[in-house]
Amino acid sequence: MSSEAVLTARDLGISFGNLKAVDGISLDLKPGEIMGLVGPNGSGKTTLVNLVSGLYRPDRGEVRLGGRKVTGLAPHHLARLGLNRTFQVPKPFHTLTVRENVELAAFYTRQEPHTAEKALEFTELAPLADRLAGSLNVGQQKLLDLARALATGPRILLVDELGAGLGPMELDQVAAKLLELAGTGVALLVVEHLLAFLNQLTSRVLVMNAGTRIFEGKLAAAAEDPLVVEVFLGG
Amino acid sequence: MFRKPLDLGLVVLIPVLFALAPLAYNNQLLLFNAMVFLALAQGINIIYGFTGYLPFGYVGFFGAGAYGASLTVMFLHLPAPVAVLLGGLTALALGLVLSPLLRLSGVYFAIASLAASEAVYYVIANPGLVNITKGPYGVSLDRVYSPEFSYLVMAVIVGLVTAVVVYLKRSHLGLSLKAVRDDPLSSETAGIDVKRQRMLAWSWSALFAGLTGAVFAWQISVFYPGTVFDPSISIFAIVFTLFGGAGTVLGPILGTVVLYGVYNLIGITEPQYFQLIYGVLIMVLVLFLPEGIVSLLKRGGANVL
Ligand SMILES: Nc1ncnc2c1ncn2[C@@H]1O[C@H](COP(=O)(O)OP(=O)(O)OP(=O)(O)O)[C@@H](O)[C@H]1O
Ligand SMILES: [Mg+2]
Repeated sequence: MSSEAVLTARDLGISFGNLKAVDGISLDLKPGEIMGLVGPNGSGKTTLVNLVSGLYRPDRGEVRLGGRKVTGLAPHHLARLGLNRTFQVPKPFHTLTVRENVELAAFYTRQEPHTAEKALEFTELAPLADRLAGSLNVGQQKLLDLARALATGPRILLVDELGAGLGPMELDQVAAKLLELAGTGVALLVVEHLLAFLNQLTSRVLVMNAGTRIFEGKLAAAAEDPLVVEVFLGG
Repeated sequence: MFRKPLDLGLVVLIPVLFALAPLAYNNQLLLFNAMVFLALAQGINIIYGFTGYLPFGYVGFFGAGAYGASLTVMFLHLPAPVAVLLGGLTALALGLVLSPLLRLSGVYFAIASLAASEAVYYVIANPGLVNITKGPYGVSLDRVYSPEFSYLVMAVIVGLVTAVVVYLKRSHLGLSLKAVRDDPLSSETAGIDVKRQRMLAWSWSALFAGLTGAVFAWQISVFYPGTVFDPSISIFAIVFTLFGGAGTVLGPILGTVVLYGVYNLIGITEPQYFQLIYGVLIMVLVLFLPEGIVSLLKRGGANVL
C-alpha cells in the first residue's frame, strides 16, 4: 500500500526548548488523495506542515517523496520536486504584481510559462493579475498563495487553513477547487478548523493534540472518539 | 536582455556623455568623481534596491578595491587595467568573506557592515603592515599615473554597472531578489534559492565598488587609507540612491546628478552643512518618500525604468 504513496512521513519530531511541538507523527498520501489535519490551537499542525515542506529540519524521523528520502532538503529543492504549500497567514511578495508572484514560482521551478497563467485562471485571480499583491484583501492573498503553489506544478500540496476568514460562498468555491485538484492527481494535506468545509473534501482525517496523533480514520468516527471529543470540548 | 531602446540607450549614452563631457567642461576631476558616485550609487542600488540590505559600510569594498589595485601595481608591476580588475576581485573576495553578514537583517546588517569596513580600514592602516600596505602613510602610484585613461575606464565601469541594473530590472533574477526581500520563506517555497540569490546581488555590488575604488586610486594616484575608507563616501552614495529612488535604473542617476550637482554648487564652500543636510535628508526620505523622486514620476503615470 505505502509503496504507491507520493508522500511518506515517518515518526517526525521537533522540539522548541522543552516543547515537543511535533512528537512522532507519520502519514502517507497517495496521488489524488485528500487528508484532513485537525487539532486544537497549538497542537502542532502548522509545525508539521513546516517539517514536511522543509522550512524546519526535523529532530527525528524522515520524509520521502515517492521513494526518495528528502529529509532536510531546502524548501526550494522540495518545490522543484513537486511538493508545495500555502501559509496560514498568507505570504505574498507584496511589492510585486499578482502575475509576477505566480510567474516567478513557475520560472524557478522550471514549469512551462503557461502554468502561471493557468494557476491564475484556476484561482480566478486573472482579473487582478496586474494589481500589486500587497493591495489584495486577505482572502485574495490566500488564493494568491494557492495560485503560486499551483504554478510550481505540485504533486503534493499542503494547505494550511485556507478556509479561515473566507465567507460561506467562497468556502464552497474553494472546496470545489481543491476537489478538482485532487481529481487531477494532486495529493492534498488540508489543515482546517472548519469541519464542515473539511467534510466536503474528504472523509479521512488525522487528529493531533500536543504534537501527537490522537486519531486517524474517518471524520465521522472522529466525532465519536472519546479522546477527540475530550480534546475538542473538554480542553 | 535589453528589451527597450531606452535600456541600451542608457547603458551606452551615459558613459559616452561622460567620456565627451571634458571637452565642454574643464573640471575633469569633478566629472570623474561624479562617475565614481554614480557607480557607487548603482552598486548600492543592486544590493539595497533589490534585496533591502542597506550596507552602511559599502566604502569597505571601495577601499579594498583601491588597495587591491595599488598592491598589484606596486608589487606585481602589472599594467593599470589589470590592477583595476584585481582590485575588483579583491572586493569580491572581501564580499565572500563577509557573506555571513547576510544572515543579519535590517539595522543589524547595516551596523555590522559598517563595523566590517572599519575593521578592514584599521588592518590596512596598521603601521605593522607598513611594508605591504604602507600603513597610515598612504600609497603612490605615480608609475601608472594617467588621468585620461583612468577617466575613460571609469566611464566604461559606469556603463557596465548600469547594464547590470538594467538586467536586474528586466530579468527574473531581479524580480526574484525583490521577492526574497518581501518574504524569504515564501520565496523558498516558490523555488527560489534564497541564499544563492542574495550572494549574487551582494557579489555584484561588492565587485563594482571594488572596480570603482581601483580606478579611483589609479586616477588620484596618491592617497591615504582614510581617503578611500571615508565613511561619508558610503553615506553620499546611499543618499543619492535613496533620493533618486532605489530599485530603479533612473533613480540613482537622477539622485547623483541632482545631489552631487547641488553639493558642488554650494557645498564645497560649506561642507560642514552638507553632512547635516544629507543626514536630515536621509531621515526625511525614509519617512516620507521611501521610493525617491522617481516615485513622483510614477505617480504622475510615467513608466519608470
Ligand atoms: N518557531 C517556533 N519556535 C518556538 N515555538 C514554536 C515555533 N513554531 C511553533 N511553535 C510552538 O509549537 C506549538 C505548535 O504550534 P503550531 O503553530 O504548529 O500549532 P497549530 O496546530 O498550527 O495551531 P493553530 O491552529 O493555532 O494554527 C505552539 O505551542 C507554538 O507556540
Ligand atoms: Mg497553524
